[in-house]
Amino acid sequence: MPDHSLAGRFADRHIGTDAAAQATMLAAVGYDSVQALVEAAVPASIHVAPLADSTIPAAATERQALAELRALAVKNVVRRSMIGLGYYDTITPAVITRNVLENPSWYTAYTPYQPEISQGRLEALINFQTMVSDLTGMTTANASMLDEGTAVVEGMLLARRASDVSSNVFIVDADAFPQTKALLANRAGAVGITLVESSLDGTLPEAFGIFVQYPGASGRVWDPSSVIAAAHEQGGLAVVAADLLAMTLFTPPGELGADVAVGTTQRFGVPMGFGGPHAGYLAVKAGLERQLPGRLVGVSQDADGHAAYRLSLQVREQHIRREKATSNICTAQVLLAVMASMYAVYHGPDGLRRIARQVAGRARQLVTGLSTLGLAVESDYYFDTVRVRVLGEAHSVVARARLSNVNLHLVDADTVGVSVDETTELVDLQAVLAAFAAQPLSTAVIEALSRAELPTFPPELGRTTEYLTHPVFTTHRSETAMMRYLKYLADKDYALDRGMIPLGSCTMKLNSATEMEAVTWPEFAGIHPFAPEADVTGYLELIEQLQAWLAEVTGYDSVSLQPNAGSQGELAGLLAIRGYHLANGNVQRTVCLIPSSAHGTNAASAVLSGMTVVVVATNDLGNVDLDDLRAKIALHADTLAALMITYPSTHGVYEHEVRAITDAVHDVGGQVYVDGANLNALLGYARFGDFGGDVSHLNLHKTFCIPHGGGGPGVGPVAAKAHLAPYLPGHPMAQRALHAGAPVSAAPYGSPSILPISWAYVRMMGTDGLKAATGAAVLAANYVAVRLRDHYPVLYAGDNGLVAHECILDLRPLKEATGIDNNDVAKRLIDYGFHAPTMSFPVSGTLMVEPTESEDLAEIDRFIDAMIAIKVEADAVAAGRWPADDNPLGNAPHTAESVVVGEWRHAYSRQDAVYPFASLIRHKYWPPVRRIDNAYGDRNLVCSCPPVDAFAD
Amino acid sequence: MTDEKSLRYTAEHEWVLVDGNTALVGITAYAAEKLGDVVFVDLPKVGSTVAQGKVVGEIESTKSVGELFAPVNGTVLDANDAVVASPELVNSDPFGAGWLIKVEFTELPPLLSYDEYTKLTGE
Repeated sequence: MPDHSLAGRFADRHIGTDAAAQATMLAAVGYDSVQALVEAAVPASIHVAPLADSTIPAAATERQALAELRALAVKNVVRRSMIGLGYYDTITPAVITRNVLENPSWYTAYTPYQPEISQGRLEALINFQTMVSDLTGMTTANASMLDEGTAVVEGMLLARRASDVSSNVFIVDADAFPQTKALLANRAGAVGITLVESSLDGTLPEAFGIFVQYPGASGRVWDPSSVIAAAHEQGGLAVVAADLLAMTLFTPPGELGADVAVGTTQRFGVPMGFGGPHAGYLAVKAGLERQLPGRLVGVSQDADGHAAYRLSLQVREQHIRREKATSNICTAQVLLAVMASMYAVYHGPDGLRRIARQVAGRARQLVTGLSTLGLAVESDYYFDTVRVRVLGEAHSVVARARLSNVNLHLVDADTVGVSVDETTELVDLQAVLAAFAAQPLSTAVIEALSRAELPTFPPELGRTTEYLTHPVFTTHRSETAMMRYLKYLADKDYALDRGMIPLGSCTMKLNSATEMEAVTWPEFAGIHPFAPEADVTGYLELIEQLQAWLAEVTGYDSVSLQPNAGSQGELAGLLAIRGYHLANGNVQRTVCLIPSSAHGTNAASAVLSGMTVVVVATNDLGNVDLDDLRAKIALHADTLAALMITYPSTHGVYEHEVRAITDAVHDVGGQVYVDGANLNALLGYARFGDFGGDVSHLNLHKTFCIPHGGGGPGVGPVAAKAHLAPYLPGHPMAQRALHAGAPVSAAPYGSPSILPISWAYVRMMGTDGLKAATGAAVLAANYVAVRLRDHYPVLYAGDNGLVAHECILDLRPLKEATGIDNNDVAKRLIDYGFHAPTMSFPVSGTLMVEPTESEDLAEIDRFIDAMIAIKVEADAVAAGRWPADDNPLGNAPHTAESVVVGEWRHAYSRQDAVYPFASLIRHKYWPPVRRIDNAYGDRNLVCSCPPVDAFAD
Repeated sequence: MTDEKSLRYTAEHEWVLVDGNTALVGITAYAAEKLGDVVFVDLPKVGSTVAQGKVVGEIESTKSVGELFAPVNGTVLDANDAVVASPELVNSDPFGAGWLIKVEFTELPPLLSYDEYTKLTGE
C-alpha cells in the first residue's frame, strides 16, 4: 500500500532535504539524528517538552488549508468602501497583479544590498522615487515608508533633527487623519516632543515643525502656503501629507514651500487589504537628503563606467550608525512600491490626470446631488471627500447605506463622511444619495447628477507644472510593452526562483505558492481597515488564531500583529516596557543594555523609545560578557529599564548562559527583550518566554514565510508576558480592542492581507513540521560549517562546537594572506551564480551564511563547491599566479560584455571569468553591470530616473 | 607639505595648526585611512560659536559617518568650501588641502603632541 499520509505532507515540500540527504549531512556533522544534533546545540537548560494541549491543530494538507482559508474569507463582507481616511479602493491593472504581485521573481527577492544583481527592482524603485518627487514637487524621495502614519512620524523626527529651533513643540493640523494623530501622540511622547493641535487659522506658537494634511481628512482643499511661510519665519520645518492622485491636479507641496512631503501610494493600484501592506512615501526639498530615513536608491557607475543603480547613503542607516541613526526603520515596502510605480508607468501622466479628474467629477456629482436634497457639505473646495451635516441623523444614514452595500464614514452623530475613488460608479452615488434621502431618489436628483458643473477646488491651486515627463512613464502603454518591461526588469535580478540566497540573519526560506494564494482573494484584498466589525469577522478569526499560535510557540501570553516591520515590533516592545515602568511609578528606569554584537536597529529603537543605550561587551566567543553585564547591571540597578538580547545570538550561536543573563536583569527589576530575528533556530526546541523573555518581536517575513518582496513588506508582531500585555499596541479604531497600548502603525492590524501566508504555513506544518524545519535549518548550517571549516575559519560556535541556523566565515585571514577580501568573494559568487551571504554583519570582514531548511542538498553542495573554488582562486593570487590587481576575484562580477568586447588582456582566461564551473555553460545568471562604485554615487547624489542617454554606449 | 610634527592633535584624530589665536583643524591621515573614501563633509557655518568636544560637523565615507568635534572653544572664522565640493580631498591631502575649519579662540586647551598622538594610534 502506498503511504498516502506522507504523499500529502506539506512539510516534505517545504523542507528541502529528505531523509537520505539528512543522513548524508548528519554523517558529515557526526550525529545520529537531527533531534540529537539540535539537542546537543541548544543548551539543555532551555529545552522544552511538547505541549499536551497545543492550540495548533495537526498539519493540514495544502488543499485542506486553502479550504479553511476560503471558509474564513467568506466570513468577510466586501462592500463598496467610501470611508476614505487615506484608504481608497483602486483598480490594480491585471498585468501588474500577474507579473509583479504573483511573480516570485519579484516577491522572493531580498533587499538590494548586492546592487549588481538587483538592477531590476532598483530601476523600479527609482521610478517610484521619481513618481513621488515629481507629483509632490519635492527634490528627493526615498524608496518608500511603512505606511502614511509612520511616514508622518518620520517627518516629525526629521524636522526635529533639521531645525535649529529650541522649542520642542510640533504643531499638528486638526484636520489630520485620526490614525495619524494617534501615532504622532504615541511617538512624540516617547522622545519628549510636545504636540499642539491647531486648526492652523490663527497665530501659531513657536515650533520646530508643523504638520499639514493636504487635502484635509474632512476633504477640505485649501492653500496652506501662508501657514508654511509662517512656520518658516520661526525657523520651523513644514511636513505636508499629500494625496498623490490629487497632486496631479493641485499645486504640490514642494511648490507651496513644504520641506518634507509624506503620504501613501496605496491608491496607485495596491489593494486596501484591511490596512496593508502599502508603500508610504517621504520626500524632501534639496539640502535635506542626508536626513532621509529608510532606503534611498541612487545612480552611480560600474567598473566599466556604465550607469548603474545602488542604495545610497547606506552608512546613515541603523546598522552602521546604531543609536545615532536617522531612524530605526530598516524595511521598506518594496513590493508595494514597485506595484505603485508600475501603476504610474502603466497609466502615465495623462492617465493619472484622467483618473483624478474622474474622481473629482464623481465628488462633484455627489455634492450636486446632495444640494438637490437640500444638504450642504462642510467645505467649499474638495477633491474626493466631503463631509455632510445631517443633524442627529448620521447613524441612520450610515446604516441605510450599509443596506445598499456601501460603507460610509460615521464622523459623529451629526456628520457623515463620503469618499469616492476610481472605482466609484454613478449607481454607487445614487445608493449614497438614497441613503441620505431616506427614500428612493426622484428623477430630478438623478438628472441633476449629469449636470454637475461646480468647481471643486480653488482656481489658484490648479497644478501648472509638468510631472512624469521621463519616457519610462509614457513608453509602456500597451499590455505587451508592460508585460515585457516587467520581465526585462525581473530578468536582471537574482531572487529565490534562480537559486539559494544564503543571507545570514535573513532566513530566505521558501514562500510557497499555496501560502501566497489567498493574498489576492477579494475577501482579503478588498477590505477597508476601518470597516465595521461585522464585515471582518473572518479576518478577526484568522488574526486571533495566528496570535494564539505565535504566543504558544514563543512561550508568551499575548501577541499584537500590528507592527509592520521588525523594527516597529522592537519599538512596540520597548514602548510596552516603558509603559509598564511608568505605570509602576519607575520613571527613572530608562537605561537599555544592548550587547555590542546586537543589530544596530536595537539601539536605534531604544533611542526612539526614550531610552539611553548602554553597551555591554561581547567576549572572544561572541557571547555576552557576563562580568561586564553584571558590572553594568550593578551600576544601573535603579535605572535599568531593559536588556535587549538576540537568541540565538547575532553570531548564530546558542549562548549557554542565557538563563543567567535573564535572571541577572530580573533580579534588579529590569525587563528582558528577546529579539526574535533568529527564531528559525528555536521553534519546537525552546521558547523565549520560558528562558526569561518578557517581550519579543518576531519576523513573520523570516520564520513564518512572508516573502521579502525585494525589501518589504515585513510583519513584526510583538509578543509579551501577561504583565506587559496591557501595553502592547492597540488602535483607537480597532474593530476589537485586543490591546490597550497606543498604536505604532496606521492600521489596527498592520498588514493583514499577508497574514494568510503565515497562517497557512503554521496550519500546514503543525508543531511537528515546525520542529522538523528548525532541525533541518540547524543541520544545514552545521553541514556548511563543517564542510567549509578547512577553507575558511568558522568564527563562533556554542555547546559541542555547534552553530545554530547560520555560521560566520571569517575572511580576514584570507585578506591578510592574499589581499582578497569578503567583498571580492561576495562579487565573485555572482560569477558562480550565487547571491552572496551577509557581508560584515555582525563582524566586519566576514560572511554569514544561513542556508535555511528549504534548500536541498544539491544546492547547498553547489554553494559549498563555489566557496571552495573561490578559496583556490584566492590562493592563486597569493601564490602570484594571478596579479593582485588583475584577477577574477578583484574584477568580479563579469558581465557578458566584459568578456566579449575588445581584446582580452587579463592574466586569467575568459572561461575563468564567466564559466569557472562547466555546469554554468548551460545555466548561467549574467549580471547586467560590473562592480558598482559606491563612492561615486554618494558624492554625486542622483535619486531620480537618469536621462535615457545615460545608458547609451 | 605641512610638518606633521609641529601640529597638535586630539584623541578624536583631528590635527590643529595653531597660529596666534586661530586654530586650523583637519582630520589626520590615520583617520582618513580608517574612514575610507570620504563622500560628504558637513561643516559649521562661518561665524557660529563652537564648544570644545562638541560635534560641529560630519565626515561621511562609504563605510561610516565620522563626527567632527571642535578641538577648542571659539568662533568659526572659515570653513573649507573646496572640501565640501570635493570631499575626496580629505583622503588625498588630509594635512593640506583637506583642512576643514579655522576657529578663533581665546584660550588653547591642552592638546596632544605628535609623539603622544602617534603613541595613541600605535603607528
